[in-house]
Amino acid sequence: MHEEPILKVRNLRKQFGPGCSHCANLDSDRLEKNYCTVCGTVYAVRDVSLDLYPGEILGIVGESGSGKSTLMQCLYFDTDVASGEAYIHTPALTGTNVFELSSQQKRSIRNHDYGMVYQNPVHGLKMNFSSVGNIAEKLIAAGNRNVGEMEATSKRLLENVHIPLHRMKEEPRNFSGGMQQRVQIAKALSNNPPILFLDEVTTGLDLSVQANVLDLIKKIQRELGISMIVVSHDLAVIRMLADRTIVMLNGEIIEQGLTDQVLEDPQHAYTQQLVYSLL
Amino acid sequence: MAMLEIAGFEKRFTIHHLNKVMPAIKDIHFSLETGEFIGIVGKSGSGKSTILKSIYRTYLPDHGKMMYDSSAFGVVDLAHITERQMLHLRKYEIGYVSQFLNVMPRTTCRQLVTNALLEMGSTEAVAGGEAEKALAHFEIDPKLWDSYPNTFSGGEKLRLNIAMATVKQPRLLLLDEPTASLDQQSKMKVREIIEKLKLNGTTLVGIFHDIEFMEGLCDKVYDMQTRKLTVGEKVGVGAES
Repeated sequence: MHEEPILKVRNLRKQFGPGCSHCANLDSDRLEKNYCTVCGTVYAVRDVSLDLYPGEILGIVGESGSGKSTLMQCLYFDTDVASGEAYIHTPALTGTNVFELSSQQKRSIRNHDYGMVYQNPVHGLKMNFSSVGNIAEKLIAAGNRNVGEMEATSKRLLENVHIPLHRMKEEPRNFSGGMQQRVQIAKALSNNPPILFLDEVTTGLDLSVQANVLDLIKKIQRELGISMIVVSHDLAVIRMLADRTIVMLNGEIIEQGLTDQVLEDPQHAYTQQLVYSLL
Repeated sequence: MAMLEIAGFEKRFTIHHLNKVMPAIKDIHFSLETGEFIGIVGKSGSGKSTILKSIYRTYLPDHGKMMYDSSAFGVVDLAHITERQMLHLRKYEIGYVSQFLNVMPRTTCRQLVTNALLEMGSTEAVAGGEAEKALAHFEIDPKLWDSYPNTFSGGEKLRLNIAMATVKQPRLLLLDEPTASLDQQSKMKVREIIEKLKLNGTTLVGIFHDIEFMEGLCDKVYDMQTRKLTVGEKVGVGAES
């Protein structure tokens, strides 16, 4: 079986701060966790490499501050990387390190190849635009110009995420957190992205809405074959969704494997602690 | 070539907070031909589940070989194939069944079995029909089909698990203590179901703490205490019931 990953990330690094002679050689034992005590530089993501395969859900778990969200923001070009490479396997982009592209080309990737759902809907939605307007914005960015078509697509997507159509003209700021999250998912899916990033999407939702969102994500994977990276600190969510899981600690990948293997036969001391903490 | 051949298999657990390495099992050897049913017996704690979970990669194998004759990749060592290959085998070839149900929340019994098929690429219509057949075949009361399995009994959960696994028509099915904590009547039902699976030609590895119950059903029995494989007629002579 030869499979080409749809997203290949190599040696990604991200730091906040200039670094100094004490920490510059990236010697991990000179750091306090991922923090240089001399110059205050935080090494948020340290030498992360991963592969995302077509149609799979890859889980990333780790405690807060482990670098999961920073990694996602790097991949989605929300923030620049210190160094590293990422390759997207589409006809137009094969062989190109997407971190080296111009900001215009990066925007085009965001518009055509990527979808992102943030933990906080404020980041993914324009709260003072109507819900349907939010989706249309993404569709226009992706090159759509036919108003009738866009409205039909928006309606279908909102229906899929169980937003009543009589409220589609409403601004998301009137919605509950769970509804906002579902509008955000509809928006992220509107350009049919082959790659979807989900950052703590169910965190802070009540159990009943969480079940809705989880079911929706699984359905998207089954029916559209979209590849997803799902970041969560909630092991139960990862267990339900992810085929394979990566465990991060202090900006590094410390363990990876099949999700049930990571949860039932964890190898690293930290993962063992994490799993023993599971209720 | 046997369908599954385990040779010199060993598994240890490293427990970091105790700074200890716990040996679980070692020197496991057995093999299995297509269509056979092997029963693994032994006391609780003897490592039966460890073998099964290692075959399924829920546990990472340490030493030894687990050669499996797959239809997708030919003969492969399950201990060393890539994660993606293992996922492929789990999806299309190897099923794992226990009494514990670990499924999407708020999903009906019918939908769970249907989803198993949809994941393999069936169409909605085909999957729906096949799911009903499987639920009926494994004698799950039609009244339960549209309910959530949270309140199912142990036997019902097991049968739902079997339905979810077998609807995909796996070549190799791993049964993890399917009769544990079931009463006599439910056990009889499990026995009948295993007979049905055998008739369909499924190759089975099952673990049991009491083998008497499976007498006459297993083609081979591997005893964890003696490390011996008993074959054929010696297993439960004339105990066909």
